[in-house]
Amino acid sequence: MKNPLDSIWGTIISGLVLTVVLVVAAKTLLA
Amino acid sequence: MEYVPALARWLHFLAGIMWVGLLYYFNFVQIPALKAAGADGTAAGITRHIAPRALLYFRWSAVVTWLAGAALLGGQFVSAFTLSKGYAGIGIGAWLGTIMLFNVWVIIWPNQQKILGLKPATDEEKNAARRTALLTSRANMALSIPMLFFMAGGLTHRAAFGL
Repeated sequence: MKNPLDSIWGTIISGLVLTVVLVVAAKTLLA
Repeated sequence: MEYVPALARWLHFLAGIMWVGLLYYFNFVQIPALKAAGADGTAAGITRHIAPRALLYFRWSAVVTWLAGAALLGGQFVSAFTLSKGYAGIGIGAWLGTIMLFNVWVIIWPNQQKILGLKPATDEEKNAARRTALLTSRANMALSIPMLFFMAGGLTHRAAFGL
């Protein structure tokens, strides 16, 4: 599998996915 | 002493814009430009004159951003970093920024020193350093997206997401 960080768009999408994961985690675990 | 957090916030924003701005410059402009410049033999101008200056401001603006952020948190520093109730949003942002600062000084800068010839390295070590520096820079770019989401949230995010 290609590393998403090899491309700009892969990096941006990774960042957006991480944002969603952290928001859900924060709301679920820390709220 | 209300001047301290106000000035810390201002400095945090100024230095943070420089840090993340240079991070985006590296990823959106310099890395693709070096690839093109390598093809026509003009990369030396970038690696000799531009990259060292950009890296100087990059790594030191990262330090100033973090210190100003810590000063801005003040007595809430521990609450933020322990993700205490009511501090989850800024705490996650602070952790992401701290990881990014670590990446700059512990991974990106030592590898860039090898790439730019500021530290002795074989061609094989330079190639490995290029790959490590690229992936870490990209990781920081990815981390900057949730970092800014959580840091710049404030009241709008509290209303929309409860964070």
